[in-house]
Amino acid sequence: MEAILALEDGKVYRGKGFGAEGTVFGEVVFNTGMTGYQEVLTDPSYTGQIVTMTYPLIGNYGVNRKDEESTGPKVQGFVAREICSKPSNWRSKQTVDDYLKSYNVVGISGIDTRALTRRIRAKGTLRGAITTNNEFVAQPEKLISEIEQFSTNSPELVRSVTTSQVYHLKGTGPKVVVLDFGIKQNILRMLQAKGWDISVVPSNTKKEAILKLKPQGLFLSNGPGDPKDVPEAVETVKALMEKIPMTGICLGHQILGLALGCETYKLKFGHRGSNHPVKDILRDRTFITSQNHGYAISAKKLPAEVEVTHKNLNDNTVEGLRVKNKPIFSVQYHPEAAPGPEDSRYLFDEFTEVIRNII
Amino acid sequence: MRLKGLKKVLVIGSGPIIIGQAAEFDYAGTQACRALKDEGLEVVLVNSNPATIMTDPDVADRVYIEPLTADFVAKIIRKERPQGVLPTLGGQVGLNIALELAHKGVLEEEGVQLLGTPLEAIEKAEDREKFKQMMADINEPVPESIIVSTIDDALSFARGLGYPVIVRPAYTLGGTGGGVAHDEEQLKQIAARGLKHSLIKQILVEFSVAGWKEVEYEVVRDGNDTCITVCNMENIDPVGIHTGDSIVVAPSQTLSDKEYQLLRRASVKIIRALGIEGGCNIQFALDPSSFQYYVIEVNPRVSRSSALASKATGYPIAKVAAKIAIGLSLDEIKNAVTQKTYACFEPALDYVVLKIPRFPFDKFVFADRVLNTQMKATGEVMAIDRTFEGALLKAIRSLEIDMNGFWNEKLMAINDDDLTKALGNPDDERIFVVAEALRRGFPLELVNNITGIDIFFLEKIRVITEYLNKINNMVLYQLTKEELLTAKKLGLGDRELGRLTKTDEASVRQVRQDMGITPVYKMVDTCAAEFEAETPYFYSSYETEDEARPEERKKIVVLGSGPIRIGQGIEFDYCSVHSIWALKDAGIQSIIINNNPETVSTDFDTSDRLYFEPLVTEEVLNILDHEQPDGVIVQFGGQTAINLAEPLARAGWPILGTSVKDIDKAEDRDKFEQLLNQLNIPRPEGKTVTTVTKAQKVAEQLGFPVLVRPSYVLGGRAMEIVYCQEELLQYMTTAVEVSPHHPVLIDQYLQGTEMEVDAVSDGEDVLIPGIMEHVERAGVHSGDSIAVYPAHRITERIREQIKDYTTRLAKALNVKGLLNIQYVVFNDQVYVIEVNPRSSRTVPYISKITGVPIVKLATEIILGQQLVDLGYGTGLLDPPKHVAVKVPVFSFAKLLKVDTSLGPEMKSTGEVMGIDYNFARALYKGLVAAGCEIPHQGTILATIADKDKTEALPMFKEFTDLGYKLVATEGTANYLKKQQGLSVERVNKIGEGSPNIVDLVREGKIHFVVNTLTKGKIPERHGFKIRRAAVEHGIPCLTSLDTVKVLLHVLQAFKRGEQLELKAMQDYVPFKGEA
Repeated sequence: MEAILALEDGKVYRGKGFGAEGTVFGEVVFNTGMTGYQEVLTDPSYTGQIVTMTYPLIGNYGVNRKDEESTGPKVQGFVAREICSKPSNWRSKQTVDDYLKSYNVVGISGIDTRALTRRIRAKGTLRGAITTNNEFVAQPEKLISEIEQFSTNSPELVRSVTTSQVYHLKGTGPKVVVLDFGIKQNILRMLQAKGWDISVVPSNTKKEAILKLKPQGLFLSNGPGDPKDVPEAVETVKALMEKIPMTGICLGHQILGLALGCETYKLKFGHRGSNHPVKDILRDRTFITSQNHGYAISAKKLPAEVEVTHKNLNDNTVEGLRVKNKPIFSVQYHPEAAPGPEDSRYLFDEFTEVIRNII
Repeated sequence: MRLKGLKKVLVIGSGPIIIGQAAEFDYAGTQACRALKDEGLEVVLVNSNPATIMTDPDVADRVYIEPLTADFVAKIIRKERPQGVLPTLGGQVGLNIALELAHKGVLEEEGVQLLGTPLEAIEKAEDREKFKQMMADINEPVPESIIVSTIDDALSFARGLGYPVIVRPAYTLGGTGGGVAHDEEQLKQIAARGLKHSLIKQILVEFSVAGWKEVEYEVVRDGNDTCITVCNMENIDPVGIHTGDSIVVAPSQTLSDKEYQLLRRASVKIIRALGIEGGCNIQFALDPSSFQYYVIEVNPRVSRSSALASKATGYPIAKVAAKIAIGLSLDEIKNAVTQKTYACFEPALDYVVLKIPRFPFDKFVFADRVLNTQMKATGEVMAIDRTFEGALLKAIRSLEIDMNGFWNEKLMAINDDDLTKALGNPDDERIFVVAEALRRGFPLELVNNITGIDIFFLEKIRVITEYLNKINNMVLYQLTKEELLTAKKLGLGDRELGRLTKTDEASVRQVRQDMGITPVYKMVDTCAAEFEAETPYFYSSYETEDEARPEERKKIVVLGSGPIRIGQGIEFDYCSVHSIWALKDAGIQSIIINNNPETVSTDFDTSDRLYFEPLVTEEVLNILDHEQPDGVIVQFGGQTAINLAEPLARAGWPILGTSVKDIDKAEDRDKFEQLLNQLNIPRPEGKTVTTVTKAQKVAEQLGFPVLVRPSYVLGGRAMEIVYCQEELLQYMTTAVEVSPHHPVLIDQYLQGTEMEVDAVSDGEDVLIPGIMEHVERAGVHSGDSIAVYPAHRITERIREQIKDYTTRLAKALNVKGLLNIQYVVFNDQVYVIEVNPRSSRTVPYISKITGVPIVKLATEIILGQQLVDLGYGTGLLDPPKHVAVKVPVFSFAKLLKVDTSLGPEMKSTGEVMGIDYNFARALYKGLVAAGCEIPHQGTILATIADKDKTEALPMFKEFTDLGYKLVATEGTANYLKKQQGLSVERVNKIGEGSPNIVDLVREGKIHFVVNTLTKGKIPERHGFKIRRAAVEHGIPCLTSLDTVKVLLHVLQAFKRGEQLELKAMQDYVPFKGEA
């Protein structure tokens, strides 16, 4: 089945469709991880995005039930150089093709993904669309004019992936509320492994509702899009800042930053992959981290009480912060990995430690 | 932060090329020396291998070409007094020496710090017991095993565990002496060999995880405890075949992120537990049907795999490891590729890399070809593409084994039963057998069951063969663009497509180009295009966007020499690299094409542009079309590059230097004979025959012995000396095919002294830096003979004659560049044996010892300069005061059933050099460097052919005078007793009952063997078994009386109390700097 990927700058890549048929619009981004496509597909932070894997052979080990970071794929569309039709791994249940079909996700393969990646690197993240629609395939300019109408960011992104109601994961340890902006399952697994008693609440939950749960700590999850699109969460966090210890990952870290008075900005093409070196300034050690973000906290205008604890070794962007003399800290990268290296899981210990010290 | 107080560092090299230890350590060592110099340190290097870039006088400040033994290195330490010693870049040899120096207390006495890997880590990784203990401590699983030092203990353990079991000797490289034993009998044999080879006489007998996935990780750690994994690699062949003999793919293909991270986490844990500051290779066996895994090996140093990983990712592991060793941390070291980011990251690949081993069985036809845990490959090739299929077939083309791909008529002739059997007995043709089975439609599951190769890989191969079946007998001109493009994306070569469509390579190329199907070139940038990079490192792919935009400047392409094999070793890479540097110095853009991941030439910062591609017509022409260079240099890349001269010239590309026509004049026997006649230069008489009867008649006329070989075969392949009609008949009927289409050459065999020259010529003038003399008799392949420079048994008349012949030949062949000539001096007359209008194996050696940079001069001449203007003079240079002896090194211990006797076919894999002011001492150093442990007293086993007895007699008399004991078989014993009244112990021949000669060798009662050849090389023969046993047990075995005589002189000198002195190369040959 012929398919095209068109970009807002007019560039058209012709390839073969896989997964579902149809037309999807999204922000076209790339991920440089060589393994972990299933985790990427199901990471809610990719909501609204068309994800290109830079590694050319995708689907080699199939798809299984255990490697999902949420139920079903969350990406808007999927791009690969080659999709494996005969995967081989003892856990494999399905091909990527069948998996995406069953969740109605559109994919395209057979295109020069390195050329696409270089384009994104040069021009910054671009809006684009994948289609298998014959009319668009024959006349891509029609599709391109629709891309121009489409807006990538909206408050809808977080709303579409946050939990619709509060749920409870029982534990013997400290009571923690997780503010869910589209949390990855592995974060919850990590928190549970520390014994926390967890209440996961929707992203728009108000301060009072949270306090009612009597949490000993607040966890701000990862999630898709621009932190400025979730102002209600920023307000909630601001209101709780003096009351409970808190930590966050990725979007949660950015929301915390905004609540502290930091500024956020959009990166040219983001950080997505499993190989980003992050310097832990306090430990004077560098760790290889898993990352997935398009926005960052600006290092330029930091409030006096905020201290940068981690920075990206490649581009010096802020990768972690803490509030001086307060049990509040957060990281931009993904210590829970999945996919990616597990070197910085110690962060979960640290948060547990902080909470225990306060109790 | 740099370690304080560190000013001078000793780097230990890895010595000669042998199976299991190839050019990768020259690449690693050169990078390391440079990195240390960049940091302002004074670098002292010791390496016995002169054919390396790292022993060039500008790579290290003080270069010692001396034997790599603890004694010699200790002397260098005492002389140079470095503060640190870096052993992790010299392979297992380097580590073993460091260990010995530490144990002997030398490091402590001299206050020298061991850099990189702590002593305990070397011991933990290499001593099986300590290794097991450490793994238990950190809770990492290792296969159930036992360490034994006797065969009986091995047997009783295996009885309890069940067969098969794996045997691994402690402290060896390339798995020497190891293997898989399927029953008691096999275990007895393998255990005996393993115990012999282990430095500490220990072997490990281990539960076999054969059939599991074999996965390797390359890990780097700094002193700050920051760890990264540079790359992981998956062996296509499962556990059971040595990773050096496996086809390896990077990154892993069939591991999910969970499995990838599981093994990554274990790798990081292990490198931390070992406390390594530098690079480390960790091998795992992973159950294909669960998360269970075992750690099977840890190499606490830079290795073959790390060289491969460096080339596969663009991440320079050796350079980073060297900087870490002197105290820098990963986040302080710049990423050499991007120049913007740091070395502290993990490369992201956006292509597939395949490595395929190159085996020596084309040279060793009788050798045991079965692949197991003992490495047998001499070299390897690597290929990169955006598809697995493309990389696989490019790698196969790069092997230069006359295989274009998977359409294999020889295997097609085999019936299904035999093919099934072949699948179960992996040998060097394994991948072709698998492909043929899949082409025939054997089910994937069946092939997977027999071979253990993952279905993922089998399916990829099946898809290729399915396409071959489809294209077969299709009409080329009816192929659609879609069909042809699919074929190219699957990696099918033009030549293979030509054969399938009953046309030829050129027609396919034409059709393909007419359709606009040409490859683009993509960059290897370590980061999957995430960051801008300037690396001039490219590979081809049938994709859409090209990144290697040609530069508008004068540019020249240098063809490299491909995989290391017998007869074409690291020397040619040395030449290619020097040619590139000379081009750079001349301000010309230098472009290298090569496919050997072990080499310096494929380091991305050696040339201005590197194309990692097969050295075959299709890919080379594609690059030339793309780059439009001003010319191509073929004379430095060995036979690989020379073979490409003709097709490239035919396609219209200027071959720079000596012309294709003149190259042909030297290579074509008839034309060459004509030329010699014209010049009135003699050569041994010879004739071409096409029948057996004619052969017998010609041999009779010329007189035995004669040298026989098939025509148009290079590198002495299938060449033999025969001494009588009976042997001739045997050769003609078994070794070659003789017919009007396959003529056989018969030459007079002159038993004289061989001389060799490397010369550089501009067509007018000729410069001969020196004449080398071969210590072993002519007829031994020049690459296998001990050579000495300057020639010492040479008269003024012979010198003049050689100078005259060389000059006239160079002029007559219009040589522009290098020229190598082999002569034999017989009855005071010089005869020409062979002329090679190209670089040779001896170029690095002669360059180093004379200080004449002949590759640079040759390149300058190729660029149009005149020899007289280059500052090194013309004519034959005067010999220096020092003497250098080049000694070949063999890998026979790795290759069972190969005759170790030397003949006209080359068998050595590498070489070492001994240098001194006296011939005997230089020879002694050379022999020690080559691994001969020459005892100053002990027992000599003599088995001397009748023809040699008179000559041998006085030597043995002198040996007994030195205090050596003699043992001999009946004939020799009787002769020695009768003629000289020597005291000789008579021993049984094989078959005369126990104990026989071989038993004595096995029991360690013999210290060296003198065995001169009678006839033939059939494995059943008596002499063969003696030589074999000697080599397998590491006992020097001399087959030429000439060498015996010289050795005798050295031993006599030591008896007189002479001492050895060590000097840096810069002291022998003052370094002139950049000329």
